[in-house]
Amino acid sequence: MTPLPTIEVTSLRLATAGSVDDGKSTLIGRLLYDSKAVLVDQLEQVEEASRRRHGEGAVDLSLLTDGLRAEREQGITIDVAYRYFATPRRRFILADTPGHEQYTRNMVTGASTADLAIVLVDARKGVLEQTKRHAHLSSLLGIRHVVVAVNKMDLVGWDEDVFDGIVRDFHAFVDGLELDIVYIPLSAKEGDNVVTLSERMPWYAGPALLDHLETVDVASDRNLIDLRFPVQWVIRPGGDGPDHDYRGYAGQIAAGVVRPGDEVLVLPAGKRTTVSAIDSFDGPLDEAFAPMSVTLRLADEIDITRGDLICRPDDAPTLSREFEADLCWMTDAPAVAGGRYAIKHATHAARAVVDEIEWAIDVHTLERDETATQLGLNDIGRVHLRTSHPLAFDDYGRSRGTGAFILIDEATNDTVAAGMIRE
Amino acid sequence: MRELTHLQSLESEAIHVMREVAAELERPVLLFSGGKDSIVLLRLAEKAFRPGRFPFPLMHVDTGHNFPEVIEFRDRRVDEIGERLIVASVQDSIDAGRAVEETGPRASRNRLQTVTLLDAIAEHGFDAAFGGARRDEERARAKERVFSFRDDFGGWDPRNQRPELWNIYNGRIRRGENVRVFPLSNWTELDVWQYIQEEELEIPSIYLAHERDVFERDGMLYAVSDYLERLPDETGFNTSVRYRTVGDMSCTGAVESTAGDLDAVVAEIAATRVTERGETRADDRVSEAAMEDRKVAGYF
Repeated sequence: MTPLPTIEVTSLRLATAGSVDDGKSTLIGRLLYDSKAVLVDQLEQVEEASRRRHGEGAVDLSLLTDGLRAEREQGITIDVAYRYFATPRRRFILADTPGHEQYTRNMVTGASTADLAIVLVDARKGVLEQTKRHAHLSSLLGIRHVVVAVNKMDLVGWDEDVFDGIVRDFHAFVDGLELDIVYIPLSAKEGDNVVTLSERMPWYAGPALLDHLETVDVASDRNLIDLRFPVQWVIRPGGDGPDHDYRGYAGQIAAGVVRPGDEVLVLPAGKRTTVSAIDSFDGPLDEAFAPMSVTLRLADEIDITRGDLICRPDDAPTLSREFEADLCWMTDAPAVAGGRYAIKHATHAARAVVDEIEWAIDVHTLERDETATQLGLNDIGRVHLRTSHPLAFDDYGRSRGTGAFILIDEATNDTVAAGMIRE
Repeated sequence: MRELTHLQSLESEAIHVMREVAAELERPVLLFSGGKDSIVLLRLAEKAFRPGRFPFPLMHVDTGHNFPEVIEFRDRRVDEIGERLIVASVQDSIDAGRAVEETGPRASRNRLQTVTLLDAIAEHGFDAAFGGARRDEERARAKERVFSFRDDFGGWDPRNQRPELWNIYNGRIRRGENVRVFPLSNWTELDVWQYIQEEELEIPSIYLAHERDVFERDGMLYAVSDYLERLPDETGFNTSVRYRTVGDMSCTGAVESTAGDLDAVVAEIAATRVTERGETRADDRVSEAAMEDRKVAGYF
């Protein structure tokens, strides 16, 4: 029986990336199965489907993560799927993203909320272009922790030299990227080094995958230095009741820590005031930090609306109508210089124009193509953007909440790009 | 250490989602059935908007075949929080000829809810509806976004979903379209129960073990009621049961249990080996892709 998880546990959000044949679905199925997140009726469905597809024999754990009928029929993964599993030490929220090239947009979607990425490598094939692309995307999206899961070790005779070769290749490639990388040799199919350490690879001295996921420190990744509070909603009860004069600014703290009595600056107006109270439904708070959703009350009556940003006077973000950003382009119609879009940055909506496309990243070599004049579907590149109103932003690497934005096509309302501001 | 617990971070995320919807959509509504997930939604709305009023009404799609204990709870809870409840009635849709009652022993009003829901959304001009659906419930839901866009017919197109990045939601829609919003997307069944426990939220009595006249069908226990016709060999018996989900009496099964308080229920859920929909919802047993089909047709 699974021990009862306590309420005090923390969580880890992770994303997986791998090609169709790397065994990603099997690895996830194995994590779910061995951590006992798979329940009897789900397992019965999978056993039944395995029999239909492969005849009698071993259960195909990859079928656990097949979501939609269209996918089961075609044997592919269409979209990001979210999986949940728990151990007594942590709860896990896993974004399972298809790894093939045309689905970069899904990978970016899954990775945008992740603290850690698992990049799968087939031990027989070694580091492929696609592996490099996954590592590059993880780095681009500011995921600090990467696990390189060298899968299918059973098919290379549990050979240490094969593993070492892959570590060397990968290491040479990521040299210079700011990543905390852990390499784990495993077999998702057989279960070696997934939940329990393998006896067949005694040369490996590191942790099993689940053990690493349970203990990796991600709390210190959060920016608790620079206060960034995008105002999301103004609470004004009005009426004749006791809260007639109440005015609170509600939002989710994007970075930093705030306490009553703190002097703050409101952007873009540039007005200074003091935090008089931090309210929550459960009562006033002595302190609040990212990513808490709270309500701030301020000492002075200042005209503040949704989209404004509250920070410290001596530690303000950049306030500007122009900036450089990396875009991941997510729609068929390409981005070109002069293209106009709606932009949503934190809680602020404005309009934006692409002034210049500075370069595109060649997804095969990861080199900059400075002759590029457009960004097509699934392309990544650097652009210069200009907005209709000033935005209060930070470098994405410093503060995700104030460094990220999306672009929206005003005609179709589709989200067409994920953007990361680079200062 | 300044670190949120798992439940605190889920709570903060859900509050953020609710405030985004309130700010970006014109006429949201919160679907409140009196079930455990919508009880949590209601508490999250209090956390997001108090001391102000909710910037939206509540709505229940009432099949007319709901458990009386749940309806009583629904009305009392709505009274306590002082917000407005709209009841959209499946019976009215049937009387108006918009929906046709199924007949026979396996008849259920579950599917008919879609008609009533879509009609009510159109009648009130709602452009966003908060629902309590979670991604851990079912594999089609595992792929659904927090903001799930629906066309003029309420349909969901799983292959054409907007990418959802960071916590930046794109709530832009065209006239006639609407969005279903699921603030509990990342919660599991156990999270919901632990949150109810931590927040000391009241729940309808049928979630706790009680004596009830039931009969067995397809390995599930159904309440003996006027709404569900029994086959000749389906004899009733009295036993101690509780419900894991609260839906229409015609398609919601009970589980045998003696868990008489919340602690006992949470312990049972943590130890359970069957999913809640697999154990207690006949509507998902119709086919391997039952939920996918219903969502494409405009279901919650």
